[in-house]
Amino acid sequence: MTILKHEIRQGRNSLIIWAAVIALMLGVCILIYPEMGEQVNELSGAFANMGGFSAAFGMDKINFGEFMGFFSVECGNVLGLGGAFFAALIGISVLAKEEKEHTAEFLLTHPVSRTKVVLQKWVSVLVQIVILNLAAVAVTVITMQMIGESADIKPMFLMFFAYLIMQVETAAVCFGISAFIGGGGLGLGLGLAALFYFLNIIANLTESAKFLKYITPFGYTDGADIITNGRIETGYLAVGIMITIAGIAAAFVKYRRKDIM
Amino acid sequence: MNAIQTVALTKYYGKARGITDIHLTVPEGDFFGFIGPNGAGKSTTIRILLGLLSPSGGTASIFGRNVRDKKEDILPDIGYMPSEANFYPNMKVGEVIRYSAELRKKDCKKEAERLCERLELHMNKKIRELSLGNRKKVSIVCALQHEPRLCILDEPTSGLDPLMQRAFYEILEERNKQGATIFLSSHILSEIQRYCKHAAVIREGKILICDSIEKLGHTHAKNVTLTGVAAAPALDGIRNVVTEGDTVKFLYSGEPGALLNALAGMPVTDLSITEPDLEDIFMHYYISGEKV
Repeated sequence: MTILKHEIRQGRNSLIIWAAVIALMLGVCILIYPEMGEQVNELSGAFANMGGFSAAFGMDKINFGEFMGFFSVECGNVLGLGGAFFAALIGISVLAKEEKEHTAEFLLTHPVSRTKVVLQKWVSVLVQIVILNLAAVAVTVITMQMIGESADIKPMFLMFFAYLIMQVETAAVCFGISAFIGGGGLGLGLGLAALFYFLNIIANLTESAKFLKYITPFGYTDGADIITNGRIETGYLAVGIMITIAGIAAAFVKYRRKDIM
Repeated sequence: MNAIQTVALTKYYGKARGITDIHLTVPEGDFFGFIGPNGAGKSTTIRILLGLLSPSGGTASIFGRNVRDKKEDILPDIGYMPSEANFYPNMKVGEVIRYSAELRKKDCKKEAERLCERLELHMNKKIRELSLGNRKKVSIVCALQHEPRLCILDEPTSGLDPLMQRAFYEILEERNKQGATIFLSSHILSEIQRYCKHAAVIREGKILICDSIEKLGHTHAKNVTLTGVAAAPALDGIRNVVTEGDTVKFLYSGEPGALLNALAGMPVTDLSITEPDLEDIFMHYYISGEKV
């Protein structure tokens, strides 16, 4: 618990900033909906008929003029991309920063097994991601009340759940990588998150690239699919969970026997 | 019981040499100096002892327990000071010291306060505001506050001013008298000579010699300084000849009688024959790897 508490305290400021920015952007998106909604209603057809562009963001399958449709695209991009960047950032740095800042020889010469170090650091990543998402949910609920919109609870819940799992998967992949690199890696983490996002866009664009949805965690966060089908695509999710487990396992296996220079 | 024992300890970084075939025995209660130039393998050896690196060959044990599989049992008994004192820059001194104690699940408040007072370290300062010397002090408190049976200190005095170095060694001597084993690495010979009971010299990854400080300093060779002559006498056993004007200095390890006979026929105006100090002997090791 000592390391977990320490990590949360160390990451507190960064978490507050990320959560505040993402929550603020979500809130603003929702608050401007009533105004946009009217205009969009008229343009709804146009939005759905922009060919590849509509498909890329899933706008061909949903009604952009309805709140849920609007929410899945606009807010999905804010929380999806923002959350993925945050998850990648903390996932890639939580282990590697100790070596980069040469605090690893301080930490690891205390009577704490490396397994416990990795475990507590991973839990700290999970806790921070959960806090960020709770902030997003809270702001969504509050601002929806303010504009007097109500949501279909189930798809809304599934969307938030999918985003949470997606962030956990992104963090897990970065966590696994961070056990192998000696320090830094921030660019790698952010690049990976961006790559995941664009892979999903490519997969949306052409049928032949559909398989990419299995690789990128954004595959199962697609709001359009969730609203249309009323469930998360289990195939994509199952692969995602396996990748998550692989990332965490890689971190444990590697870090337990790693030479600390 | 031996506090530290290594048998044929070897570490390669890929193909690069770290240490080869290190045999070290440090009995409990010893004050042991580990001397060698930069890059000789001091830190590599120490990092293996602490389980930060895994050896390529050989074994290392602390208080009879193998460091590879009994690490968590051993670490509570060890206080370690890394050569570079790096901590979390945003934390305060007191927070780092408390974090270290919490990781050991031990209440060390009183001892920490006592150490901070002796070392004139302020708990409220942020780590990022500290000089190297003050970070070293934080490192000292973290290494000693839980009163370990074995202190492993990697170049502990670099960055400390002479007064603090003395305060630090006083604390170490007290701990040693109370039964703690002290193992420290250094390239400052005078502090090893002054405080340590035993020492080992490491060079290019190999232990050259390991003995008590008295025995290491004991040699048949003498430093000879002659004034009034232009060259050293032609005798076997003369080395390291240095000529400055009419003064000649050299190291002599032959028969005393032969030297006196040779000097009798020379226009010597002044003469001194002294024991070489430890520094001369170690310099010799550093450079050539042979005993004087």
